[in-house]
Formats: sequence, structure tokens, C-alpha cells
Amino acid sequence: MIAFLIKRLMQGLVVMFVISVISFSIQSNLGDPLRELVGQAVSEEQRQELRNEMGLNDPFLTQYWRFAKKAVTGDLGTSYFFKEPALEVIFKKLPATLELVFGATLIIVCLSVPLGVFTAINPKSIFSKIIMGVSTIGISVPVFLTAIALIYVFAVELQWMPSFGRGETYKITDNWDTALLTADGLKHLVLPSITLASIMLPLFIRLIRSEMQEVLQSEYVKFAYAKGISPARIYFLHALKNTMLPVITVGGVQIGTMVAYTILTETVFQWPGMGFLFLEAVNRVDTPLIVAYLIVVGAIFVVTNTLVDLIYGLVNPTVKLIKR
Amino acid sequence: MTSSNTMLSRFLGSHLWHSFKRDRVAQISFFVFFTAVILSLLAPLIAPFNPYDLAAIDIMDSEIPPSWKEAGDERFWLGTDAQGRDMWSTILYGTRLSLMIGICAVMLQAFLGIVFGLAAGYLGGRIDSLLMRMADIQLSFSTLMVAIIVLAIFQASFGAELYSELAMIMLILVIGIAEWPQYARTIRASVLAEKEKEYVDAARVMGLPTFRIMFRHILPNTLSPILVISTVQIANAIISEASLSFLGLGMPVAQPSLGSLISSGFSYVLSGSWWITVIPAVILIVIVLVMNLLGDWLRDVLNPKLYKG
Repeated sequence: MIAFLIKRLMQGLVVMFVISVISFSIQSNLGDPLRELVGQAVSEEQRQELRNEMGLNDPFLTQYWRFAKKAVTGDLGTSYFFKEPALEVIFKKLPATLELVFGATLIIVCLSVPLGVFTAINPKSIFSKIIMGVSTIGISVPVFLTAIALIYVFAVELQWMPSFGRGETYKITDNWDTALLTADGLKHLVLPSITLASIMLPLFIRLIRSEMQEVLQSEYVKFAYAKGISPARIYFLHALKNTMLPVITVGGVQIGTMVAYTILTETVFQWPGMGFLFLEAVNRVDTPLIVAYLIVVGAIFVVTNTLVDLIYGLVNPTVKLIKR
Repeated sequence: MTSSNTMLSRFLGSHLWHSFKRDRVAQISFFVFFTAVILSLLAPLIAPFNPYDLAAIDIMDSEIPPSWKEAGDERFWLGTDAQGRDMWSTILYGTRLSLMIGICAVMLQAFLGIVFGLAAGYLGGRIDSLLMRMADIQLSFSTLMVAIIVLAIFQASFGAELYSELAMIMLILVIGIAEWPQYARTIRASVLAEKEKEYVDAARVMGLPTFRIMFRHILPNTLSPILVISTVQIANAIISEASLSFLGLGMPVAQPSLGSLISSGFSYVLSGSWWITVIPAVILIVIVLVMNLLGDWLRDVLNPKLYKG
């Protein structure tokens, strides 16, 4: 167990190191920090002097070391646009993105499990065929089209839901506000969450269905039938447990995919989260903010993947954690 | 001549062809995909206007609805977009770009995946664990995430103008490189099974070079899983391309793919000019849907167990 943890930790550190090198080379190649500082009116000699002073002419490794030392203490530079520490700007937007992911996950869990189990138990029913058909179509519709369609129907035509923004938020601390605690905020959350959920939902329904079908063929389920246990108990207690194992692994990987799709969803709904911020930063060539986003997202990926592996190992006793 | 005849008769006698003859969904899907490919190949011949020719565009023609609507114009049967381009021509060219980027990107994926997958599976040992570790790590970062970040950074460092010229190559490269693990894993799995068979031993005993055994002997026997994932991968690549273009990181508005067409029409949906977005959107969905259906069908026919485990 501890050996596994250390091994995963090492791998995570290597990945974070690679990300930091990439981020740093972006920072040193993208844009000229001098221009941001001094403008056009300074002569070439003075520029060179300033460069030497700031250490911009040092070899790459020296510069990287300086960057890494600062990064470890949480200092990733100051955003050119917001004039605030880049990491702070990102963390201010993080709750909005997390709320979106949370809303979508809630929808996915609440719908995919019952629908997947239903289609696995009654593969011949018309309802199952409709679910499977809709999920194939669902996979084929790009997420931004789902978003546009939802906005058009529910925000423009029916006017039930707001079409953009996060609405009224409740401030918990200075840097942390939430839309989950106000009625207006919740209303704003509905359409973006459905949009984000719509990408993953078909995938999970199909996954749960195929895993469940396989489990239902296995010996121990047949034995449970023979013992006279009620079907409902077999389906939801005995079979579902083993169905959920692969779902956990896939689910963990999909959390990362979800972070990527928040960029698209946030753009369409102008949701003020990290993804929207990142695209704005790219358009403004706000390098420190881009770098901070890369490192934060990289860290999210590494942490979730390690956690998922760990949970999988704990839930599934047949996986030997040490061997991997 | 005889060899092509036997090939044909072998194909006509195959399980694949039999199942195709009986499956209506597969037939329709294949027909739709085939039509889309033909139309996009012939786009320069069929299209009544050249959407890239700025001189032929009249801004006075902008936002004309399709010809069956009241305010429609005979010349533009699907209407025009906000710049006055004929929608039908623009969509033909856009489909051409989307399909081309999708197929080229998947070819690149397949190439990298086949080389790495064969090497990992056949050579084994350290190369195997190194390549598969790389694949694991790359898969844990989603393709779209990697593509968005890489393209965004390139756009920021090249400047929008130079970027729009390179957009197509960049899209192919990024989508192509980001998804190679999908192929590599599938191929590695089948290579591991093939490697144990007697014909491989025979080839080895004959003293054939490793390279030749890998590419001439083992590779042909791993083609059916490649075919299955290729259809789904093309669908995914087309969606990725459309998503990137929608974010403004893909094809420029002057040379729109289906995604950038939808994106440029998005702001007009709310003001009533629905056709600029809806028509390309429907075409995009249909092409992707058809590819997914073909993929499902192929998977069922060739290898029902492929996607498991």
C-alpha cells in the first residue's frame, strides 16, 4: 500500500515537473515581459541592462530553477491584465467551475445508474431501445450545439431560464463565492450543468449497461437466483456492486475530460469560471495567467488520477496495489 | 487480374459483406457517408460560388434566408451567411475541410499508434513499459484539453494572422498526436495475442528481420480492430475539430469548416437568422452520427469483445 502510494506520488511528481518545464518555456517564449514593464520609449541599451538585471539573459536552467523555487511557494507571477497574483485570480474563478462540474456530476449519477441498469435488465423493451438510440445521437452532438439548442429553447423561446452568466452569488469568504445558495444562482446553473452532463451521460449509460449485462451472466448471480433472492435485491445489491468497479475508473478519467469541456460550456454560457478565464487570458496574451492555469489544471489531473487508482485498489480486493 | 478477382470473391463471401447486406442501418449510414465524401471531393465543381473568392461576395446579399422562405432568393437555395456567402457552397467547402481534417488526423493517429503499438507489443520489455506509461499519462489528459491548450498557445505566440494560415496543419497535427494511445493500446493487445502464434515462430526461425515480421506478418492480422476504432476516431476527430473551431482556435472564418460556420452563425441565431447555424449543425451531426453507427456495426460484426476490458 505504502509502496504503491510512493510510486504513484513519484509518477505524479514527474508529470508535474514536465508540466512546469513546458509552462516555463511558454512563459519565456511568449511575449516580452520588458515590453509590459517599460513600453516603447526605452533605448536598446537600457533594455539590455534591465534584461541582465532581471536575469532574462541567464541560461535556461538557471531561469527555470528560479521559476520553480517561486512556483513551489505558490508565486506564479502577476497577471498582466488583473494586476493581481495569477494564482489568486485562478482560485477566485475555481468555485464557479467546480459548481458546474458538481452540477453535471449530480445529473450524470442520478440518471446514468437507473437508466443503465434498466436497459441492462430489459434489453428488449421499447423504452430501452429509445434510451440507447438517444444516447447514440447524444454522443454525436457536439457539446456547443447542445448548449446553443438549450439556450434557444429554454432561454429565448420559453424564457424559463437565464441564458448566460452566473447570476447572484453568495459570498462565503472574500475569494470564495457560491451560486448554490441563492435561487437566482441555482437557476443560472441548470442549463450549463445539463450541457456538461450531456456529453458524459450517453457514455456512462452504455458503460453501465454493458458491464451490468456481463455481470448478470456470471455464476454468482445465477447462484443468487437459485437461492431465491428477490430480483431487485440481486440487481441493486449483488450485481450493481461489481458493475460499479469499471465505472469508477472510467469516471475518474472522465473528470479530466469534464474539465476540458468546461472550457466549451463556459464559453457558450459566458460562465465566469476558469475555462472562460483561460480563453480570455489567451486572447490577451496574459502569460502568467496561462501558466498558472496550466499548472492548476495539471495538478487537478494528477490528483484525481492518483485518487481514482487508490479508490479502485481499495474497492477491488483483487487488484494488488504493490504490483503496479 | 486474377488476384483482384479472388480478392473480390473473397470479400463477397465474407461475413462482413453478409452482415452488411442484412443491416439496413449500416447501408444507410454507409450511403450517407459515401455521399458526403463524394460531394466534398467534387465541391469545387458542384458549388455555384467560390466562398474563398472575396471578389464574388456581395455584402448586400448577406443574411438572405433559404429560397423556400418568403424573403428567399432563387440564387441561394440555402440562403447566405452574414458576409453574403452562399450557404450551399460554403457548406460544401466546409464539409470538405472537416472531413479532410478528420481523416488526415486519424491517419496520423493510426500511423503513430501502429508504430508504437507494434513496437511495444512485439519488442516488449523496457520499450513496452516506457511506451505504455507514456500512453497512460497522455490518455489521462483529455485530448480536447491538450488540443485547446496547445492551439491556444500557438495562436498567442504566432499572432492570429499567421495562425489562420497554419490552422489546418496545426489541427491535424494536434488531433493526430493527441490520440495515438487509443490505437497503440488496441494494437498492442492484438499483437500480444498474435505473437504467440506459430506463423510468427516460423518467420523467426526462417531468420526474417524483426522489422519485416512486425510489419508484413503481424500487422495484417491486427487490421480488423484498427478498422473498428478508425470509424469512431474519425467521428471524434470531426467533433474535436468543430469544437476547436467553435472556440476560435480552429479554421478561420475566411476558410470555414463546419465548426467555424456554426460559430460564426451563433450570434445570429438569437436575431432570427437560424439557417447560418442550424444547417451546418445538422450536417455535422448527421456525419458524426453516421460514423458512430458504422463503428457500432463494425464492432459487432468484427469483434464483439473489442471494447471490453
